[in-house]
Amino acid sequence: MKKDPKDTRVVVGMSGGVDSSVAALLLKQQGYDVIGIFMKNWDDTDEFGVCTATEDYDDVIRVCNQIGIPYYAVNFEKQYWDKVFTYFLEEYKAGRTPNPDVMCNKEIKFKAFLEHAMNLGADYLATGHYARVVERDGEVKMLRGIDENKDQTYFLNQLSQEQLEKVMFPIGDIEKSKVRELAKEAGLATATKKDSTGICFIGERNFKEFLGNYLPAQPGNMETLEGEVVGKHDGLMYYTIGQRHGLGIGGQGEPWFAIGKDLKRNVLFVGQSFHNDKLYSDSIIATDIGWVSNKAKPQVFECTAKFRYRQPDNKVTVHLLEDGKAKVVFDEPIRAVTPGQAVVFYDGDECLGGGTIDEIFKDGERLTYVG
Amino acid sequence: MERIYVDHAATAPMHPKVIETMTKVMAEQFGNPSSIHAFGREARHLVDEARAQLAKSIGASPNEIIITSGGTEADNYALTGVAEANKEKGKHIITTVIEHHAVLHTCQQLEKRGFEVTYLPVDEQGKVSISDVQKALRDDTILVSIMYGNNEVGSLQPIQEIGEMLREHPAVFHTDAVQAYGLMNIDVKELNVDLLSVSAHKINGPKGIGFLYVKKDVKLAPILFGGEQERKRRAGTESVVSIAGFQEAVKVAQEEREEKVKQYREFKEILVNDLKEAQIDFSINGSLENSLPHVLNLSFPGTDVEAMLVNLDLAGIAASSGSACTAGSIDPSHVLVAMFGEKSEKLRNSIRFSFGLYNTTKQIHRVAESVAAIVKRITNR
Repeated sequence: MKKDPKDTRVVVGMSGGVDSSVAALLLKQQGYDVIGIFMKNWDDTDEFGVCTATEDYDDVIRVCNQIGIPYYAVNFEKQYWDKVFTYFLEEYKAGRTPNPDVMCNKEIKFKAFLEHAMNLGADYLATGHYARVVERDGEVKMLRGIDENKDQTYFLNQLSQEQLEKVMFPIGDIEKSKVRELAKEAGLATATKKDSTGICFIGERNFKEFLGNYLPAQPGNMETLEGEVVGKHDGLMYYTIGQRHGLGIGGQGEPWFAIGKDLKRNVLFVGQSFHNDKLYSDSIIATDIGWVSNKAKPQVFECTAKFRYRQPDNKVTVHLLEDGKAKVVFDEPIRAVTPGQAVVFYDGDECLGGGTIDEIFKDGERLTYVG
Repeated sequence: MERIYVDHAATAPMHPKVIETMTKVMAEQFGNPSSIHAFGREARHLVDEARAQLAKSIGASPNEIIITSGGTEADNYALTGVAEANKEKGKHIITTVIEHHAVLHTCQQLEKRGFEVTYLPVDEQGKVSISDVQKALRDDTILVSIMYGNNEVGSLQPIQEIGEMLREHPAVFHTDAVQAYGLMNIDVKELNVDLLSVSAHKINGPKGIGFLYVKKDVKLAPILFGGEQERKRRAGTESVVSIAGFQEAVKVAQEEREEKVKQYREFKEILVNDLKEAQIDFSINGSLENSLPHVLNLSFPGTDVEAMLVNLDLAGIAASSGSACTAGSIDPSHVLVAMFGEKSEKLRNSIRFSFGLYNTTKQIHRVAESVAAIVKRITNR
C-alpha cells in the first residue's frame, strides 16, 4: 500500500535550474512532504572566492522559500572526483569520448545522493529529469519523457530496478514549454533562467582550455588513412569521431572530418566529406551493459538504440555475450559511432538499459582506426 | 512539532525587554545624536546612557567604548587599526589558529599589506599555551590577538595570564570576547587587555550592533571615514534604536548571568548523561569544565555532519556544525583541524549545541533523545 502523499517524504535534487524547481513545485502541490537539496559536486571557486555553485544555491534557496519547503546542501566533491572525474580523464587518456553525465547519474545522483536522501528518512528521490517511471507487469519501467526533444533517458540508462523503485521524475510527463509556463505562473525565481549547457563541471568555459588543465596536450599530425600528412592537431583528446570544426584543414574539395585516432603514433585520422565511408559502422561490442529490468532477456532480440544523445532511434539486433557485454548489429550502417559514448536500448517508449560503446565493426572487421 | 533552538552561539533571540525598549525608542526617538537641537540631544542622551552601561559592564570608562556594527567590525577595527597606527614600530602580529574568521581573515589581509603574522597552535582541548605566546613575542611585535572563548568548541583561553605577561611588553593586547561576553565575568583591568570586541546579538540583543573597548591612550587608525561620531574614531550616524536595545540586553545579561551559567552547565551535563545512558558512541571536543558554559561540541563516530544536521532540523532541532556554512562547503572547521589534525574523523562528524534563552531542561532531554535516535539510525545502516 502506498502511503498518503502527506506522509511520503520526497527529497528533490535541486540544481538551481527551472526543471528541478518545477519538479519540487509539482510535488509540493500534490501534497508531498518535500525537501529540496542542492548537490555540490565540483569546486570552481575563482580567485575572488566566488563560485557559480553559490549562485545556483542562491537560486535553490529563493525557489524553496517561494514554494515553502526546507532546503539543504550536500557535498559530494570527493565522490564525484573519485567516481566521475577520474573516469572522465582516464577515458580521454585512452583516446575515447566519455559520457560523465551517465556516470554521474549512476554513481552520484542515484547512488550517493539517493543514499543521503534515504538517510534523511525519505521515501523517494525526485529529480528534474525528462523521463518517466511507471509500474507495469510487476516491475518498474523507465519511459522516455513526453517531450521527445528533451528526453533524458539516454543519460539515465544505467539505473537499476532497485534505484528506480525509489525515484520520481515529476516533470517527465509534461513538455519543457509547460515547465517554463508553470514556473512563470508560480513566479519562481528560476522561471526564465537559461538552461545549463555542456558538461556540468565545465559549464560555459572553454572545453579545450579546461581539459588542458588536467591532461598534457601532445600536438601531432593529422593523416589520411592512406598515411598522407594533411595537417597538425593540438592533442588527440580534443577531437571526437565525426567532428568537423577545429580541424583547420583548408584547400580544395569537400570539408574534412575526424574519423579515428592512432594513440601510439599520436595521429588523428581525417577524411573528406560528411558521409565519408570510413565514418560508418554496422555493429559494435558494448561493455558494462545494464538492464532496467531484472527479468531474464532472450539471448538475441530486436529493439532500437541510440548511440549518442538526441540521435533518432536506430533498429538493431542485440546478441548478449558474457561478462556484461553485448554485440549490437545495426539494420543500417550508422555514422560516427564513438567509443566511450553510451549505447542505449529502447522498446517503443521504454528505455531498456544500455552500455558503453567499446569496439566498432564494419563488414565483420574491427575498425581499429576508430579505437 | 515543537521547535528547539540550540544554536545560540550562532545568534540568539532578542529578549522581550530588549524588544520593548527598542519599540519604544523607535516610536519616540528619531533624532541624530550629532544634531544641536532638542531631537538630537534626546538621541545623544540615549547613546550616552547606553555607552556608560556598556563601559561599566567590563570595568571601563565610557570614553573607552567605540560602538560598531557588530563583532566583525570590532575585530577588523582592532587589528587593522592597531597595525596601521603602529607600523613604524613593528610589523609583527601574534594570534591563534582558532580565532573567528573576522580575526583570521583580517590577519590575512594585513599579511598582504606587509605585516607578519604568527598563528599559534592549540592543544587537543583547544587551548593556546602561555609559553607559546611568550616564545613568539619579539621586539617588533605590535599586536597580540587571542580570543576569550572559542565559538565552536567553547575552549577558554588564559587571557588574564597572557595579559599579565604582556605588562612587560609594549604590544597591544586584543581579545575577541564576542562569545564569552554576557556569561563570563569580564573586567578589562583585571585581564589587562587593551582592546576587546563584543557583539549584541549573541546576548539577546539586536543584530548589527557591537562595541570595541579601546583602552585610553591606545592609538587606532580609523577604518571608516566620514562624520565625527565616536570621538572621530568611527564615522557613521549612530544606530540609536539598536544601541538602546544593546544597553537593555547588557542590563538583563548582567542581572541573570550567574543563574544562566549554572543552568547551561546543567544542560551540558544532561545532554552528555542522556547520550551515555542511551549508549551512544560520542566524545566531547574540548573540555567540559574549562569552557564557555553554553557551548558543547560533540563528535559522533560513524555519522556525517550533513546528514546529522538535516535530520535534526527535520526533527525540529536547530544545531550547527560550528560556524555557519555556505553552499555545500566542505572546508572543515579550522578549529577542529587545529585540535585534531586534518585527517581526523571528527572533522566530519562533529555537532555544536549551544544553549540560551528559552531553553528548558525538558527540551534538552528531547534533544538528547532525538540525537540518540538519529545517530542510531545513521550508524546502523
